[in-house]
Amino acid sequence: MAIAIVIILLVIGSVIFHFMSPWYFTELASNWGDMDNTVTITFIVCGLVFVLANLFMAYCIIKFRNKDKDQRAAYEPENKKLEIWLTIITSVGVVAMLAPGLVVWAKFVSPPEDANIVEAVGQQWQWSFRLPGKDGRLGTVDSRKISIDNPFGMNADDPYGQDDVLITTNELHIPLNQPVKFNLRSKDVLHNFTVPQFRVKMDLVPGMITWQWLTPTRIGTYEILCEELCGIGHHTMRGKVVVEEEEQYQAWLAEQKTYAQHAAAPQGDAHAGKALYQVCASCHGLEGEGNPALNSPKISGQESWYVKRQLEYFKHGIRGTNPEDTYGAQMAPMAATLIDESAINNVSAYIASLPDKPAAQTIKGDIDNGKDLYETCSKCHGRQAEGKWSVNAPRIAGMSDWYLLTQLKNFKHGLRGAHPGDVTGRQMESMVLSLNEEKMQDIIAYINSL
Amino acid sequence: MAHVALADKGQDLAHPKTWIGAYVWSQDHKVIGIQYIIVATAVGLVALALSAMMRLQLGFPGIFDLIQPNEYYSAVTMHGMIMVVFMLTAFFLGGFGNLLIPLMCGARDMAFPYMNMLSFWVYLASVLVLCSSFFVPGGATGAGWTLYPPQAITEGSAGSGMGIILMLVSLALFIVAFTMGGLNYVTTAFQARTRGMTLMRMPLSVWGIIMATILGLLAFPALLVAAIMMLLDATLGTSFFMPAISDLGEVSSTSGGTPILFQHLFWFFGHPEVYIVALPMFGIASDLISTHARKNIFGYRMMVWALIAIGGLSFIVWAHHMYVSGMNPYFGFFFATTTLIIAVPTAIKVYNWVLTLWHGNIHLNVPMLFAIGFIFTFIHGGITGLFLGNVAVDVPLSDTYFVIGHFHMVMGVSPFLIVFGGMYHWYPKFTGRMLNDTMGKIHFWVTFLGTYAIYLPMHYIGILGVPRRYFAYGTTLSFPDSVQVINASITIAALIVGTAQLLFIFNIIWSLFNGKKADSNPWRATTLEWQTPDTPPKHGNWGPELPVVYRWAYSYSVPGADEDFIPQNEVPSENSKHEVET
Repeated sequence: MAIAIVIILLVIGSVIFHFMSPWYFTELASNWGDMDNTVTITFIVCGLVFVLANLFMAYCIIKFRNKDKDQRAAYEPENKKLEIWLTIITSVGVVAMLAPGLVVWAKFVSPPEDANIVEAVGQQWQWSFRLPGKDGRLGTVDSRKISIDNPFGMNADDPYGQDDVLITTNELHIPLNQPVKFNLRSKDVLHNFTVPQFRVKMDLVPGMITWQWLTPTRIGTYEILCEELCGIGHHTMRGKVVVEEEEQYQAWLAEQKTYAQHAAAPQGDAHAGKALYQVCASCHGLEGEGNPALNSPKISGQESWYVKRQLEYFKHGIRGTNPEDTYGAQMAPMAATLIDESAINNVSAYIASLPDKPAAQTIKGDIDNGKDLYETCSKCHGRQAEGKWSVNAPRIAGMSDWYLLTQLKNFKHGLRGAHPGDVTGRQMESMVLSLNEEKMQDIIAYINSL
Repeated sequence: MAHVALADKGQDLAHPKTWIGAYVWSQDHKVIGIQYIIVATAVGLVALALSAMMRLQLGFPGIFDLIQPNEYYSAVTMHGMIMVVFMLTAFFLGGFGNLLIPLMCGARDMAFPYMNMLSFWVYLASVLVLCSSFFVPGGATGAGWTLYPPQAITEGSAGSGMGIILMLVSLALFIVAFTMGGLNYVTTAFQARTRGMTLMRMPLSVWGIIMATILGLLAFPALLVAAIMMLLDATLGTSFFMPAISDLGEVSSTSGGTPILFQHLFWFFGHPEVYIVALPMFGIASDLISTHARKNIFGYRMMVWALIAIGGLSFIVWAHHMYVSGMNPYFGFFFATTTLIIAVPTAIKVYNWVLTLWHGNIHLNVPMLFAIGFIFTFIHGGITGLFLGNVAVDVPLSDTYFVIGHFHMVMGVSPFLIVFGGMYHWYPKFTGRMLNDTMGKIHFWVTFLGTYAIYLPMHYIGILGVPRRYFAYGTTLSFPDSVQVINASITIAALIVGTAQLLFIFNIIWSLFNGKKADSNPWRATTLEWQTPDTPPKHGNWGPELPVVYRWAYSYSVPGADEDFIPQNEVPSENSKHEVET
């Protein structure tokens, strides 16, 4: 008897939960309202079945439960008529859900001819984007051409590729109310391009181009989530889509660089950087060896793409602006002395030319435990903690270990990486989530042992 | 020479002479069934512990500090693969299949007892290989239970070295074990039934188990070739599933392969696999409901044909797992249609269970509570399947918590309720003692209500868009803080449900010594396993004479009969004159 009452209560509770729970579709921002409608239809049909079948079952249990010893069940092996009717009614219900679903799908498989093309490129664990440029045509690419200087794998001699607009940050802008067809490309493993507010999603598959299309209908900034497991950084693979009016979109577009412009960008000049470095030398040392007394880490031997990016972050207030990050804050005025991108390039190039002597080791911990914990870190920072450009992970072996500990703590407590502009720093947020200070020391002790 | 049916030949059984022969290297289907159940339960507990670790991470990120991202993804993967393959498939087919098929068909043992023994030991080896992967450098594979390449074998995933290799080897071993067992189940049910046991008189449990076995024999080879091809990709550098990629900045030496091929092979196995678990569950549920409602299963023949239809259709719906995989989107039309068609025979099964209760004489024994709970959870999980099977509805929900909620209701909670129901039901036959009722009821209520508290909210945060397989959500534009609140509450419910399972294990052990003594047919059931001369049945099951069957398995409450059941092997007489001929 209790079971019947509980089932009735569960049915009522489920229906109430459906209408009262705070969790339902996010506010729609695309043309795919039809998908919401098919979900609603399915809810109605299935909800009816759920309620009726369970209430009928509960009724049967109450009515036909064993009450006395002599009670007998009815004897009725089959009832053809009833079985046929139930089959027919079920089939009608199924068609009621399937038919509208297929109509919507027919729309999905035929993207509008005039849709803007945007290529969304996925890799472990970042997004980047490519627009076809003035010729309206994307240049050819090849995964085997991907390198630090050519992260998109562009074919340098393809004329169609020269004006392709390369967006190397994770933020894409698209104009309101214009259909857009996303060509989806992966450099490495499976990924999935999902913006919950757009409803549609599709996997990125290495070796082929997949696609999806939509028309953004609401101005706003939306999060891109990877929804196909792509390795240990899967949950950190986020991006942003900004939907805006045509005018703002054009302004944004004008700021973006083409492939040709990227390729023509000058390399850093170490000789010119030497003069600029004198400001840095007062704290970081003449050879970039660092000075623990001034809380200045070793910077020689660090990858120059990393040094460059951090200088830009300091300069633009993306790093070192948290009031508790006092040492980071000291870098802001220093970075401000580098007046433009070429200055940053030059000083980075000079730092890269400095002799690399391993920093003194100051932190002790349980190396064996550190080795186990480092398994996660190794995916980006490398088995030898040498760093990996493709995932924006700096070298951490042979660098100032005390500084590493400070930064791990800063990531954990939101002193670093919390700024929305610090795309790669933010990825560290969840990576250090389950590390307490002792575990951090164990990891660093292991890195020191490499 | 005239053909003599296997059942008429009389089987020479090699009776064991030593304790080791009887209980370790046993060829007795009952012992092998129990061995399967013990190992499946043990590895199931490992998977349960993994889910507790995942839930603590998701419910209280940064508080418990238990696992790092790589360990989380290993746990996700191992939990899924263990539960689906090494626990549920092994439990239903190796466990219940072994225990029930010969007894319900009136055979003395499986058709090939020696191969049956080998099946168990190879299964044990597969479990040991799988569990060893926790201890190798890099840990167990973290590729997700679907093991999709390239990430399964590239550096960026947890356990992409030895972990994935051991997983693939373990699966290959499991498939060998399953094939040896499966050929036995099918051969026994088709060739070694006792006189009078026509196919249309077989209990639905046997129908469910052998249909599942046939699916397995046809589907597992697809997984086997996929596993072997991926092993070659991982070890010899072939490119079956590997295009040219830039693996963490390094250009790979592979080219030309396609990851989607793997997905097709995986789901060509993977979808029938759902029914490999579901069909035995359907069969056993039918028998539990019929027995405890004291009424014949409603529409027996329809139930058999529905099992066959579902089994057949299950081979042409696989790509509904791949609507957003990047395969040709036009496939969506075909697979959405086939998938929704499969809902019809499935719905008929549900109707027939409920209609069996109608005008029944329902005894709310513990197995019946589990069976009724199962109907509820299966309806819930079944209808959410209609969301995900319909391509345009699936797209916004795919890869979100809606999927997690759906498949846990339909092939997590539902089969487990039936595993438990079956254990409470058949335990007395194989031990001679009843399981403790009070513990059984507590176990039922905590499990039934607790799992609903876990999985109902998951559907809704899934609709909101919360993705599955995230170690942490971090600062996000997408989700309100209430998601974290419900995640914490889900974790608490999950820990309570997990603990309740320990009570079940305790009950099993405790009742072995202290349970109420059971007579040979405590539920007054009609099927043959309850009519054995000994309880528990001895090696050879039937004493000198095999039983002879005169009727179907569902002669309950026949008008005019002395009792409210007539065993399948009772000689027709005045007592059964009012029953419909079957």
